Order: sequence, then structure tokens, then C-alpha cells
Amino acid sequence: MNAAIDFASIILGGLAAGTVLFIVSVGLSVTMGLMGFVNLAHGAFAMFGGYIIVLAMNRAHFGFAAALALGFAGTAALSVILEQSLYRRLYRAGELDQVLLTIGLILIFMATLTILVGPQSQPLQLPPELGGQINLGFMQYRTYSIFLIAVGLLIVVAIWLAFERTRIGAQIRATVDNRRMAESLGINVDRLFTITFAFGSGMAALGGGLGAEFLGLDPQYALKYLVYFLIAVSVGGLGSVVGVYYASLLLGTLDFVLKLYLPKGGTIFIYVLTILVLLWRPRGLFGRKSA
Amino acid sequence: MTELRLETRALSRRFGALVALQQIDFKLVAGARHALIGPNGAGKTTFINLLAGALPPSRGSVLLKGEDITAKTQAERVKLGIARTFQINRLFRGLSVLENVCISVAERIGAAPNMFHPVGRRKDVIEESMHLLEVLKLAPDAPRRVSELPYGRQRLVEIAIAIGLKPDVLLLDEPAAGVPSAESHIILDAIEHLPEQIAILIIEHDMDLVFRFAKRVTVMVGGALFAEGTPRDIENNPEVRAVYLGQAGRG
Amino acid sequence: MNSKAASVESTPAAGRLDQEAARALIRRHHLRWWEALPWLAAAAFYFAFPDYLGFGTTLMITILFALSLDLALGYAGIITLGHAAFFGAGAYTVGLLAFHNIWTEPITSLVLAALAGAAIGLASGLVLLRTQGLTLLMLTLCTMALLQEAANMAHDYTGGFDGLPSLDIAPVFGRFEFNPLYPDTQYLYTLAILFVCFVFIRTLVYSPFGQSLTGIRENLLRMHAVGAPVRRRLVVCYTLSAAIAGIAGGLWAQTNAYVNLSALDLDRAATVLIILILGGYGRLYGAFAGAVVYLTLEHFLARFYPTAWQLGLGLLLVLVALYARNGILGLGEVVWRRFRPRRAT
Repeated sequence: MNAAIDFASIILGGLAAGTVLFIVSVGLSVTMGLMGFVNLAHGAFAMFGGYIIVLAMNRAHFGFAAALALGFAGTAALSVILEQSLYRRLYRAGELDQVLLTIGLILIFMATLTILVGPQSQPLQLPPELGGQINLGFMQYRTYSIFLIAVGLLIVVAIWLAFERTRIGAQIRATVDNRRMAESLGINVDRLFTITFAFGSGMAALGGGLGAEFLGLDPQYALKYLVYFLIAVSVGGLGSVVGVYYASLLLGTLDFVLKLYLPKGGTIFIYVLTILVLLWRPRGLFGRKSA
Repeated sequence: MTELRLETRALSRRFGALVALQQIDFKLVAGARHALIGPNGAGKTTFINLLAGALPPSRGSVLLKGEDITAKTQAERVKLGIARTFQINRLFRGLSVLENVCISVAERIGAAPNMFHPVGRRKDVIEESMHLLEVLKLAPDAPRRVSELPYGRQRLVEIAIAIGLKPDVLLLDEPAAGVPSAESHIILDAIEHLPEQIAILIIEHDMDLVFRFAKRVTVMVGGALFAEGTPRDIENNPEVRAVYLGQAGRG
Repeated sequence: MNSKAASVESTPAAGRLDQEAARALIRRHHLRWWEALPWLAAAAFYFAFPDYLGFGTTLMITILFALSLDLALGYAGIITLGHAAFFGAGAYTVGLLAFHNIWTEPITSLVLAALAGAAIGLASGLVLLRTQGLTLLMLTLCTMALLQEAANMAHDYTGGFDGLPSLDIAPVFGRFEFNPLYPDTQYLYTLAILFVCFVFIRTLVYSPFGQSLTGIRENLLRMHAVGAPVRRRLVVCYTLSAAIAGIAGGLWAQTNAYVNLSALDLDRAATVLIILILGGYGRLYGAFAGAVVYLTLEHFLARFYPTAWQLGLGLLLVLVALYARNGILGLGEVVWRRFRPRRAT
């Protein structure tokens, strides 16, 4: 019986980790699928938003929900400014220039946060309602982890519904599928991208804040987890919300388990698996063949 | 004699539910000057892509001088004697006109894989490329970067690269496309000076070019062969007129 | 119809090679006077800054590493964030051989390091170079990360995180010892290796093979359409690039007498990419310019003001990405053309 509980708690731990990964990465998947822009700085937005959320709670005594809202809005606003002034200029440029720009942005974010806040890790004070353990019937488990998993599920369903049922969702799907066709249908692709980019960055902020307790929050965050965000997105398939969800959960669980049982170099299997998947399906598991 | 150079048998291509080409049986002989015309979206460029190996067919086969090349890649087909030009220029824009042609010639004669001697020592490649440029009246532009040339002359470079491969079959995809009418005669001249034995298939909308150059014309509509004959036959064919020539007329 | 063709034959064959374009192409590989400058500077540096020979050695190793990346990135257009995989392969080859007292002769060790890099380059190239864009980027990243984790897992042999210290490297030609306190041997040895590798790379770049790589980078579809075996060329190029990166890694291990996981780090791969782009990729000497500027600035700034250095570097990269994509040499070219406008050759 104990083995089953141990197994369940490992799985739940992994799902929680994967959910955090998903919340951060979903924005990256959609924007990369939409615009084909290699935005390595996405993790930096997550970091920035995480800082807003954590500092709002720790120093300005915001409530949890209010801090999340502030983090979302603040990061979305910043992303719009950066998109209009910088990203926009390189839409037609080669990948290399985009990689360069976004690496530069990562460094700027990292340095700025170090200067403004300091190099130390920022702890997240969980609100008391989410602390402690929750009774799942057959076992007790950390309330916060269950909360995360539930939130992730909610988000993926909400976004999926938005994609399938709303007009803007249809426009996004159309543009991901065939951009020129979408433009000729009168879709304002530029504005669509700004909106999507803002939303995606806001989501990243939420992920950064929600996951602060699990992934930590220090100025190195943007680089530390970059590879994982990229793996989640490329394995899931650019532009596929469902894809990045499954990939994130898989990645989170695998990483959790491997760090537990093979702390020295166990994550090698994640890289092997990623390579195998990408060779088998270069566009990701749920990637679409865009025209 | 009229040796059969290129042949397709029941060549078809679908894109999902869309049938781009259906059951194309086509023959191209040595020395052919064959034009392929038809409304936009008729499948002409798809056909060239299938012939050149840029796209695999859904069904059917392509034969070059009697040999089935359906499974061969683009590069392999070039080695066997097919060369093509693209509807929109695909040139090495940052390089000079001469270098563009040198790359093509070097590939053909097998000089390209050499890592230990400089390009400058391959006088044979350079000399042949210059000769080719002279034939096409491009010699004055030889040192200029391709991106600096007017579009019409860039189109000529596109043709030069294809000819540098000394093909047995030449596929020209709208060679005069995008060229201002004041310059299109240079394209016409270039095509007229191509070696006689080459089998040439040319997609064109410019009827001037078609009537001046082609000995045979094929009309393609909706992915199928609609009519075939001499330019005069096609011009006088009432059905073709209705489908295609009726609107544009002859210039 | 072909009557016009006859008149063209009047230009004799020899005359064609006298044309401006032909002459330019024939001369393209000739040495220019300023190409001696980097080597003269390196020699002068040896005499002028005897206290900075360690820095100079690191500089030259970085140049070699950046040159190797330029082959793949600047000439063949393969965008990779995982080039440290080959650097590390070379470094650990030397490290493992030396640490476990299997083999310490430096020059042959470098050959083995090159082979190690080439082996991994060939294996990964055959598999990865079917893909492009983000997928390729991810695969190069993962290959490198995978190797780093493998080195970590095999910590009994590789020393894991701590690495392999105090490597015993035999004297060059049996006479010139590697002394950590007086890096004269390291400096001159590295200079010689850099020179040899550079001659190889320069020859390659000006060869028909190099020209075809440029063609692949400029217009991939066109290269297919002229019959070039594109994938084979890319794999060969990638393998050579990996071999040279392996030599750089081996040099690093030898001159520092130390190797650890940082040889396989994303940080190292990203830094060499930045250095190459800063200097100007696809331009042979971009690696030199970028490494000199970056490492000099880093040496003087990063130590004292690390956060300011990070911020400044970030700003610089943003500016370069927006306004100076061809790096220092690219800017130099623009300036040069303003003062001497002439036709491209």
C-alpha cells in the first residue's frame, strides 16, 4: 500500500512541476507557432513576472490573487513595449539575429534584476489557504501542488476553448496554419501577434510566480530553465496548446523522477528522449505542417 | 533524330484533397521547343517540380532517356541531365554574376568537392563561365553582385546557371516573369541561342514568346492536359480560346 | 536562329580570363598585406606583454574555437548553440588520457582530440542535419547537454563537477615544458597550432568546396537545383568544424592542465556564438576581431563590475542584432565602402 502512495506522490509531484513548466511555456509555443520568432527571452519574462508577484506579496503585502494579476498585467505591458520597439524589427530577419536579440534581452533582464533587487533567491510566501496538506481520500498531499495541477488543467481547457470557440482563437489558428492566406482574408496579423505575445508573456509571468516555490526565483532563472522551456515547446509542437501541455507534463514528471533516483546526470535521458522525438517528428508531437 | 528525352506516364500529384495534376502523359523529344500554357493554378509549376524532382509524385512515373527516375532526388536528376529555372529568381545574391555561374559549372565538372586548391586556380571553370556569360550578353555584368542587377538581367543569370549544367533537358518556369516588357527581348534572345539538341520545356504566359519560340504547345487546365498542337493549332482552337486565350488575346 | 552565336567566338579563350571579373576571382585567394597583421601582433604581444601570456593563450584558443564555429555557421549556415560539445570532446580526450596516465604527448593528443571531435561531429551531423531551424537548434543543444550529463554521470573517470586537475602534459618535442607559472611554452605552442589550423581553414574557404558552402548558405534550393549533394557537403563541413573545435578544447585542457564540465557548458557555446557574431561571421577574420574585443573587455570589466558587464553586453547584443548584424568587420566594410566606392568582385 505504501508503494502505491509513494508512486502517487511522485507522479503528483511531477505533474505539479510539469504544470508550472506548461504555464510558463504555453505563451512561447503559441507565439513561436504564430510568428516563427525564436524568442529565447521568454524565460526572462517569466522571471520578471515572478519577481513582480513575489515582491508584491513580500514587500507590498499584496494578496496572492492580486499579486498574480499585477504580475500578469505588468509583464504583458512590458512585453508589448518590447515587441513594438524591438521584436517587430526582426520579424523578417534570420533566426540568428533573433537569437542574438533575445540573448541580449536575457542578459539585460538578469543584470537589471540583480542591480534592482539583488542576486539572492526570492522566497515565495504561500498564502495560508494553499499551505499545508489536503486530503485526497487515499492519501494526503501538499495542497499547493494539487492547486497547481488544478490551475494548469483549468488554463489548458480555457485556452483550448478560446482557440476553438472564439473568433480571435480562430484567427490565431488560421494564421499559424497559413499566414499569407490569413492576411489575404483580412486578418490583422500584426495586431494579432501583439495581443498573443502580451498574453503569452503574461502567462509566463504567472508561471514564474506560481512556480517560484518550486523552481526558485533568482536572476539566473531565465538561463537556468531555458532549455526546458524550449524542449517543452519543440517536443509539444509549435502552436499547439495541447501539445505543449502534454510535453510539459511529461518533461516535468520525467525530470522529477530522474532527479530523485539518478541525481548525478540522470537528466541525460531527457535529452536522449528529446533527440529521439525530434528526429522522429521534427515538428513536435502535435506540430502542424504549416503551408 | 527525334530521340525521346523526357517522358511522364500517368503522373499525378495530390495535396490532401486537392488534385493538382491528374494522369499526365507527356513526351519531350531532343531538340524540342515546347511551351506549356494554361490559366493560373493549372498545375504547370507543380508539373515542373515533379519533373525536376523537387516534389515526389502521388502516382505515375518520370522517365529520362528511357530510364525511370521517379525515385531520384533533384540533385541526382541534375547529374543525369535535367536543369531548371525557377519562376522567382533563386540566385546567390551576395555573390558576383561570374561566381554564380562558376558554382554551377564547378558542380557539373566535379570540381566542387575539392578542398585544397583555391577557386582561382580552376581556370577551366572560370573560362567556361565567362564564355557562357558572353553568349548570354552578360559579360559586362560579370563582376557585379547579383543583388545590384536589374531584375531582367538577374533573370538571365538564372538561365545562365541552368545552361552551365549542360543539360539534355531544360525546364524554364516563366523565364520572362517579372521582367519589364522593355527588357523581355533579352530573355527571348537568350532562349533563341540555346543549343539545338537540348529539349526545352517552357512555361510562359507571354504569348509573344510562345509564338516566337515554340514548335509545339500544350495547354494545361485544372491539372490535366487540355489540348496540344502547333502554336497555330492552339491559337485557332475555339475551346482553348474560351478557356485561356479569349481574355488575353495575342499581343 | 543561331546566326548571332558566331560573332561571340571572336574573343579568344585567353582573353576571357583577362576580364575584370575573371581576374578578381583568380586573385581572390591571394594574400593581402594586412593578413600578416594578426600574426605580427601575436608575436609582438609575446615580447610586449610577458605578464599577460596566459590571457593571450586563452585569447588564441577562443579564436580557434570561434573559427571552427564560423565554418559551420558563417559558411554553411548551420545555426548551432551546441558547439561546445566538440570543444568538450577534445578537452576530455586530452584530460582523460593525461589524468589516467595513458598518453601525455601533446601534439598527438591534439590529433586524438580532433578525431574525437570529428567522430561526434560526424555522428551527430549525419543525424541532425536532416532538420532545420528551431528543430536543429534544439537538437544541437540537446546533444551538448547530453554529453555534459554523460560526463557528469561518469564522474569516476571524469571527476564529475570537480573535473580533472593537474594534468600532466609532456613537453613539446620533448624539450619545451608546460610550466603553469611561466606560460611561454603554452603561448607559442598555441600560436603555432592556431596558425596551422588557420592555414587549413583559409584554404578550405577559398576552395571550390568552400564556395559551395557559401552557395548552400546563400540559396539552399538553388544548390539542390545545380546538382550539389547538399547534405553530404554539410556533414563534411560540420565534421571538420567539430574536429577543429576539438583541437581548441584539447589546447584548453593542455594549457590549463585542467578540464571540467564547463568545457561542455551552454554558457561556453553561447559565448563563442556571441563572439563570432560580434566580430562578423562568414568573414574569416571575424573570429579574431570578436575574440579580441570581447575577451579584452571582459578581462577588464567583468572582474570588477560583473553585473554592469552583463548589462552592457546585453545592450551591445541588442544593438548588434538591430543595427550591425555583420559585426565589427561588417561595420568596417560599410565604412570602407563609403570612402572607396567600387564594384563588388
